[in-house]
Amino acid sequence: MAISKEKILEDLKQKFSDNILDMTVQFGDDIIHIKKEALLDIVNFLKEDPYAFTMLLDLTCVDYQGEEERFEMVYHLFSLSLNQRLRFKARLQQNDCKIVSLTPIFKNANWLEREVYDMFGVHFAGHPYLRRLFMYDGFEGHPLRKDYPLRKQQPKIHLR
Amino acid sequence: MLGWGRKFSLFQYPFITACCGMEYMSVACAHYDLDRFGMGWTRFTPRQADMLLVVGTISHKEAPVLRTVYDQMTEPKWVVAFGACAVSGGIYDNYAVVQGIDRIIPVDVYIPGCPPRPETIINALIKLQKKIQKEGHEWRFQRKKS
Repeated sequence: MAISKEKILEDLKQKFSDNILDMTVQFGDDIIHIKKEALLDIVNFLKEDPYAFTMLLDLTCVDYQGEEERFEMVYHLFSLSLNQRLRFKARLQQNDCKIVSLTPIFKNANWLEREVYDMFGVHFAGHPYLRRLFMYDGFEGHPLRKDYPLRKQQPKIHLR
Repeated sequence: MLGWGRKFSLFQYPFITACCGMEYMSVACAHYDLDRFGMGWTRFTPRQADMLLVVGTISHKEAPVLRTVYDQMTEPKWVVAFGACAVSGGIYDNYAVVQGIDRIIPVDVYIPGCPPRPETIINALIKLQKKIQKEGHEWRFQRKKS
């Protein structure tokens, strides 16, 4: 039984009307702007049948320096049985860049969230092992933030 | 005489981290055949090698590994910076990449190019052979500064 994308979006709108800020389409992909508090509920709702968005394709972050809600978390979900994709976006305040972790729902969120923590300094509540993934111990700052100096390097060993 | 013998029996240790490795494989294998110049033997431990080929981008996280590999090699030893990334950091002028491996270890020959043509590499290695031929025996008494 195939459910159309319009039906999924309609259901979401009905169930989470308070937490959905906006719905847009860009390059043929549906984007749903949500409040960050509702992320876990919405993902849990979509993972269950009949929608079965059982795959977290990607999870990343965008830095909009200078804006009040500086960081934007982006989640890509995919439903294997429906062959449908959805993209969720949630804005985070600069002085409270913290969002709930998706690790209890998707195993692969573990490393993806560690990467975002490493590069942007976003904290994930409930993450089992929130440590830097790419950069080494002793590295200061978060290199993909727009206010990280462009060519600043932090060598691990003494250079010649 | 010693230099003449040495330049035709270079045991290489390829330290390959990036796409230049493809070019290295093409040079080392049958098409361009490094064995013609006595460099056919790849060693799988730096302790048995005397030519270190640094092929590809070196990040700051990796820098201590490269220095350990260099320190493990026995004298006399030569280092070749292979490709733009190893020479100068290449296009990666950012937080993660070492701007040229000469910041970590001494380099004898630089090979520019992204990636370098096999002919360029062979030319560079012949230049290294000439350098080895001319080299005295001071290495026995004066350790290279690392």
